[in-house]
Amino acid sequence: MFNAFWHILRKDLLGAFRQKSDILNPICFFIIVVTLFPLGIGNDPVLLARIAPGVIWVAALLASLLSFERLFKDDFIDGSLEQMMIAPHPLSWLVCAKISAHWLLTGLPILCVSPLLAVFLSLEVKVFYVLFLTLLIGTPILSLIGGIGVALTVGLRKSSVLLSLVMLPFSIPVLIFSTMAIDAASFGQSYIGLLALLGAMLVAAITLAPFAIAASLRVSVS
Amino acid sequence: MLECKNLTCVREQRVLFDNLSFTLSPGEILHVEGPNGVGKTSLFRLLVGLSSPYAGDIYWLQNNISTVRESYYQHLLYLGHKSGLKPELTAIENLQYFQSLHNPNVELDVWETLTLVGLAGYETIPVAQLSAGQQRRVALARMWFSDCPLWILDEPFTAIDKSGVKVIENLLVKHAENNGMVIISTHQDLNVPDTLYKRLMLEKPIAEAFYV
Repeated sequence: MFNAFWHILRKDLLGAFRQKSDILNPICFFIIVVTLFPLGIGNDPVLLARIAPGVIWVAALLASLLSFERLFKDDFIDGSLEQMMIAPHPLSWLVCAKISAHWLLTGLPILCVSPLLAVFLSLEVKVFYVLFLTLLIGTPILSLIGGIGVALTVGLRKSSVLLSLVMLPFSIPVLIFSTMAIDAASFGQSYIGLLALLGAMLVAAITLAPFAIAASLRVSVS
Repeated sequence: MLECKNLTCVREQRVLFDNLSFTLSPGEILHVEGPNGVGKTSLFRLLVGLSSPYAGDIYWLQNNISTVRESYYQHLLYLGHKSGLKPELTAIENLQYFQSLHNPNVELDVWETLTLVGLAGYETIPVAQLSAGQQRRVALARMWFSDCPLWILDEPFTAIDKSGVKVIENLLVKHAENNGMVIISTHQDLNVPDTLYKRLMLEKPIAEAFYV
């Protein structure tokens, strides 16, 4: 069973590295959006530091929305999704591998470039530290929730609008609590409670989303 | 043993077939025939549990397949219209992936398998760059190392040349002689011994009478 998990993860990562545009597209979008803000609103460090957490988070959210199409769509088109659904393993477990691969290809690059962008937006180190933590906890939640949306819409032809519509309301709480935690940190208040709430959301998403994704896939592929 | 009882399939408010019952025992090759659009692929998708029947049940070893999904899938090899291959991976990587996901207990010699399906020398080329027939051969290569007793093959001969068809027919016969079961749909005639051969003819219902 762990072997199957590992092989799906490996297949997805290998496929993505062969087709580099798939990895580069969301992360380039993320970097471009964040770098355009200082150019658009001027280089006042106080203002930039004030809006930086919101900008980075909104850009991360949009970048992950952009990448969801890839999660099941290609597999649906070439038939490997069908084959995964008739594999002798629990579908919810195999789905976890797909989501992990998706996070490694979209969430992790965002985490990696975030220090650079924080410097760019003149964020203080202690605020950046919290921003990094919220991204670390928040991006997997986005991947898991997005997985449900993609699974529901994978059988439809023009699904991207519907996907954003399904996805956005569920991702807004993540955005709100993350930016609240970062704000609290920048005012020197305690942010642990808000991080704990985010962590609770992550735990709930990890435990429930794979089952929801598996059930949605069974519905939309039939 | 695979058993279908009173299957009814409805697509787009139209009955494709109803009250379809048949049993498949070890050592049988079931050839599903019928004109285009009669519901062969829909029947196959019901049989592998990818969609659920409007009415009726499917039993594998006396258990309803929707209740024993995982143990049923351990015994099932399904090749659909879509090959299930990842175009950016090579033939070797695709086969290793299939083996690890579907037949984890099988020792796979990829090179030998690819030689058997006539793809020696194409092992390390991404599948997207192979011809349609070669891609089909990579997908069909799974039959050579599969240890599953039940094979469900939807139009496996598409884009395969004559000699390739013959090789696959021989493989089907060998599988049936080893107490395997095969359900296959194809518009070509199958050259297999009569003792192993069963035929299921699906016919078009009269359109007006069969709307739900």
